[in-house]
Amino acid sequence: MEHTKNAVLAVRGVSMNFGGLRALSEVDFEVRKGEVVALIGPNGAGKTTFFNCITGIYTPTEGEVVAVLRNGKEKRINGMRTNHVCELGMARTFQNIRLFPSMTALENVMIGRHCRTKEGILGAILRGSKTRREEQQVVDTSYQLLKKVGLEHVANEYAKNLPYGAQRRLEIARALATEPFLLLLDEPAAGMNPQETLELKEMVIQIRKEFDVSVLLIEHDMKMVMSLSDRIYVMEYGRVISTGTPAEVSADPQVIRAYLGEETDA
Amino acid sequence: MAALTIATNLKKSAIAALWLAFLTMPVMVIRVDTVENTIVWRWMHLVYMLGGSFVLALIWHFMMDRRDRGAAVRESADGEAEGRLSRFVNNPRVLKPMLAFGFIVAAAFPWVFSMYQTNILISALIYVVLGLGLNITVGLAGLLDLGYVAFYAVGAYAYALLNHHFHLGFWTVLPMAAILGSFFGILLGFPVLRLRGDYLAIVTLGFGQIVKLVLENWNDFSYGPSGISNISRPGLFGINYSVENATTYIYYIMLGLVILAIVTTARLKDSRVGRAWLALREDEIACQAMGIDNTRAKLMAFSLGATLAATMGAVFAAKTTFINPASFTFMESAMILAIVVLGGMGSVLGVILGAFLLILLPEYMRAFSEYRMLLFGATMIVVMVFRPEGLIKARRKVYKINTETL
Repeated sequence: MEHTKNAVLAVRGVSMNFGGLRALSEVDFEVRKGEVVALIGPNGAGKTTFFNCITGIYTPTEGEVVAVLRNGKEKRINGMRTNHVCELGMARTFQNIRLFPSMTALENVMIGRHCRTKEGILGAILRGSKTRREEQQVVDTSYQLLKKVGLEHVANEYAKNLPYGAQRRLEIARALATEPFLLLLDEPAAGMNPQETLELKEMVIQIRKEFDVSVLLIEHDMKMVMSLSDRIYVMEYGRVISTGTPAEVSADPQVIRAYLGEETDA
Repeated sequence: MAALTIATNLKKSAIAALWLAFLTMPVMVIRVDTVENTIVWRWMHLVYMLGGSFVLALIWHFMMDRRDRGAAVRESADGEAEGRLSRFVNNPRVLKPMLAFGFIVAAAFPWVFSMYQTNILISALIYVVLGLGLNITVGLAGLLDLGYVAFYAVGAYAYALLNHHFHLGFWTVLPMAAILGSFFGILLGFPVLRLRGDYLAIVTLGFGQIVKLVLENWNDFSYGPSGISNISRPGLFGINYSVENATTYIYYIMLGLVILAIVTTARLKDSRVGRAWLALREDEIACQAMGIDNTRAKLMAFSLGATLAATMGAVFAAKTTFINPASFTFMESAMILAIVVLGGMGSVLGVILGAFLLILLPEYMRAFSEYRMLLFGATMIVVMVFRPEGLIKARRKVYKINTETL
């Protein structure tokens, strides 16, 4: 399949039908290495459906989703199970936070390490030196990740007791624990105040630099989208109506029409 | 303030007592003597009813108040606060001597007490392991299994039939029963992978019934309701014991298996696999999105739980030397589930305590055997209201963090 040389995710002609409803229609999409790409659009445009299509929750009706792994191999991932997609290196967060509420913050991040560790039932029962070493590594790495998102002081607090902003950051830490090459953030700033949004933006920039990941985010906060992203895709009614740099997109009459409506001469 | 709550409590209790007395009056007070065609009015019963329900209602309100006040205090602390019982039991300075003491008592038990007592304790130990097994499926992985007793039956019939037809000994069959159990666990696991909650409960309930019905009706295979008798007791290097010695022997086998089960489940709980189960219980979609293979985790939980149950089935058959399908009814599944829920879902110590309470108390309170189900129900309600997380709350491991190495 053809895609730009440094792409990490290439989507060609993806459509998704729910019965007679066409939620996505021939979407072409690309995320390149080290990029922050934003996906915006009015409510119901199909942004989250698109996310679900590329993370294996839905199998697209038509089209190709190809991931380019860190080792340069290409992998067709439409129809692949969610956990395999995550194992390949595409980790996501959820629009309505989905942490493990009765587990501690540290344990939530430790779950992210699951697919990068090996220990099985027998190892767990015998608890040999190898197992213990692996466990300790999981704990230490997870704690470091909590530190990165500024949550080390609540490591032993239940996830459900954390404030909203902290829960959002914890979800990002959990996703990072799976060692992704592409981080998918579904409305990370939803429900945050301007100060928190600003901090989140700084954090995403920091993470991209430090972990060498590409970021794909769905977001409604235009200020954040415009200042953070390298490129933007705009969706409406399941189609990509515009794409380009923030400046290009915000000048596109199609985008303005989608957001503000058309002037009609009555 | 306190006086006010007492006054309202008194008022509430009085109203409750009056209502109950009024509602039960036709049954409790009026008695029609059909021989002499007279009606006897037993007014004293009304007074008992009034007095009794008033006192009970008062106690209830008092306890509820206390609970609500306790909850308020707990929430304002840090959410980590545990009950007094859990804290007491989990304190290492209490736990260690208690374990040592318990072990000595357990080791000396058959020499001090009668065979009857030893037999009761063996049943209790069997239920401890059954509880621990179901705790993996229900308590850790959150898969409500109402047909758990089916795996117990699989183990029991595996030993009984292999012994009957091929004269295989206990020690040969024990691992075979375990493997067969895990196989049946996976067999049940596959069709229910997509189900959760109530739907899963119904299918597993059905599975339990199917196994029981097959055993009851497939006469050529399982000898139907008349069961299989003369199953050999476990032997050691061909030595055959007297009944009394065999009981002692089985007791020690059981003790060993219990310790094995405790170590296994406790270690699994705090491992990578155990964490995956917890995550599965908390949120299936997020769990899979974080790279955990849900299918694998679920099948592992089912088959491990089933392995323990089947192992216990073989021990049960060897202990009673006779089995029939009547030992594997839904009542048993409900009992094991009650042990897990009452003891504390996910808590190893809680399950052990729950098994001892629910198996030993009915044994030693035979005087009240007519009211057993009544007391059982009342206990469950009280526990669920005052300790929804079970007698001993599952404790989260505290991880030691090496900050220097990084």
